[in-house]
Amino acid sequence: MNYFWDLFLGGLTRGSIYALIALGYTMVYGILQLINFAHGEIYMIGAFTALIVASMLTMQGLTGLSVLILATIVAVLYAAAYGFTVEKIAYKPLRQASRLSPLISAIGMSIFLQNYVMLAQTSDFLPFPNLLPQLNFLDSISSVIAPSDFIIIATSTAVMIALTVLLKFTKMGKAMRATAQDQTMAMLTGVNVNRVISRTFIIGSALAAVGGILIASHVGRINFYIGFNAGIKAFTAAVLGGIGSVPGAVLGGLVLGLAESFGTGYISSDYESVFAFALLILILIFKPDGILGRSSQ
Amino acid sequence: MKNNLLFRWTLISIFLLTFGTTSIIQAADTIKIGIAGAHTGDLASYGLPTVKAAELIAKTVNAKGGILGKKIQLLVEDEACKPELATNVATKLVSAKANAVIGHICSGATKAALRTYKDAGIIVISPSATSPELSLSGQYPNFHRTIAPDDTQARLVADFALNTLKLKKIAVIHDKGDYGKGFAEYAKIYLEESKDAKVVLYEGITPGAVDYSAIVQKIKYSGADAIVYGGYHPEAASVVQLMRKRNMKTIFISDDGVKDQMFIKVAAAAAEGVYASGPKDTTKNPLAIAAIAEHTKAYGIEPGSFYLNAYSAMLAIVNAIDKAKSTEYKAVHKALRTHSIDTPLGKIKFNDRGDAIGVGFSMYQVRKGVYVELK
Repeated sequence: MNYFWDLFLGGLTRGSIYALIALGYTMVYGILQLINFAHGEIYMIGAFTALIVASMLTMQGLTGLSVLILATIVAVLYAAAYGFTVEKIAYKPLRQASRLSPLISAIGMSIFLQNYVMLAQTSDFLPFPNLLPQLNFLDSISSVIAPSDFIIIATSTAVMIALTVLLKFTKMGKAMRATAQDQTMAMLTGVNVNRVISRTFIIGSALAAVGGILIASHVGRINFYIGFNAGIKAFTAAVLGGIGSVPGAVLGGLVLGLAESFGTGYISSDYESVFAFALLILILIFKPDGILGRSSQ
Repeated sequence: MKNNLLFRWTLISIFLLTFGTTSIIQAADTIKIGIAGAHTGDLASYGLPTVKAAELIAKTVNAKGGILGKKIQLLVEDEACKPELATNVATKLVSAKANAVIGHICSGATKAALRTYKDAGIIVISPSATSPELSLSGQYPNFHRTIAPDDTQARLVADFALNTLKLKKIAVIHDKGDYGKGFAEYAKIYLEESKDAKVVLYEGITPGAVDYSAIVQKIKYSGADAIVYGGYHPEAASVVQLMRKRNMKTIFISDDGVKDQMFIKVAAAAAEGVYASGPKDTTKNPLAIAAIAEHTKAYGIEPGSFYLNAYSAMLAIVNAIDKAKSTEYKAVHKALRTHSIDTPLGKIKFNDRGDAIGVGFSMYQVRKGVYVELK
């Protein structure tokens, strides 16, 4: 039972990271029907920025929570700026082109960003400091849940609730939902579609950066290539949950994380990715639009 | 037209060159040592240092009057690490009546050529072919090497876990790659040979995965005292960090892929106490320092891969012929096994399988942020 619980928490932790990244894929897809393959790289850039800022702050003598908060703020801003710029450079000029062109442009952007970070930073793995705070009350529950698991799950939940509130109850959220439903109609009712698209990219990138910082602190190392695997898994999660659906991305991420964790725990870790993709194929056979996807007829 | 002319001249000079060499081969009464390996192509950098090492030693020995009163003559043959070319080279060396061969460089090419040498009764010493089956299978009694085969590392790690650390329950984890899985498979076999210890878990992990918590939990619940990990340092660093974060004291033992300063840099405090095997430290061996200095003096550059292994192989064969007082197969074969010699790799002789005793790996442990060789 204990083993089950540990695997469950591990899966939930991993799943909430997938979910954070998957949200970016799904929101962009919902509005532009575009798969933003450079999204995994934004996650990587977020983690890298946090590492750089954290190292600088640590050298200045700061410690603990203040480093985490400052590094997160800078990383989120930086990643959001990257997301915004990528959209302006690589997708906006192609908005009227066939659907294949932005896809190729996205793949190109992904390769570009990976190599850019590799050349500008390093191709080696770098140690990532454990920025997650060592809170006292967490020690008392550490027999039930590992502190880093708790922080990751709690942070992701908070971020996702905030996103839901934003989408449901603010004017901006309403505009985003309207654009997702019908871009032309939204434009006719006075919604500035370009601004909505930019904001979508900014929000998605910020979420990915948060995910990047959390997982990098948890696993303890990063390099320029971490975005690829995380991006593929998160994209899978988004498709699993129904791409275009925000609750779907969260659900898809959690299902994927749990499937991998239990698959490794009870069967074999040799086939970790096999479980993930077998699950994807199974669900797509029975529900071609994903678990919570709206039928596209 | 000009190009064409140049091409023709090149062809003619190559022809003359080959012709020239063969005529020398026919001429004097010498001890002929074949140097076979990749001297062109992608893997030339693995093969050329062996030629250099052989040239240097031949020069020194010949300057002192040679061995058994005869000069050493080198027959340098290129096979670009291609098995099909390697058999041709072997046939060529056999017909040129080579007394011994230093080579080949790559395991595949070596394997392809060995049968020809065996039938002709020629001793072969490879400086770099590490495939375990070359010596394990027992098919090629003429085969020797001055590099440790891949499985000795697993053997060393298994012995260390069983005899030095006296572990009972061991989890064997690998990264599913050729190197890591190969190591893990041998480690598992050797651990299971002992009746005292049990391999409680044998699994592969995916390199580059987002998280390794699940496998860490699995290791924890398997009750293993220690992990033997086959693979490279990035994944090892993550697994060790996750274990230490969960206050798991499980001992971590790994291979040469982890015996890298990068591992310590990434895993930081979690790296402390980790064991890993790695090639024996030769940097303090005066013979190695001298051999490298000799190369630098003669060629103006630092030597390349397997230079010291080739240097040692050449020393060993010269010594064996000298001690056997003959170039006859059986006598040299025996001399290689009975007379040890000081080489840049340490004092070596060969065991029954043809692997050099005294060459190979040591265990290291991370102590205060550096790998320290365990004696």
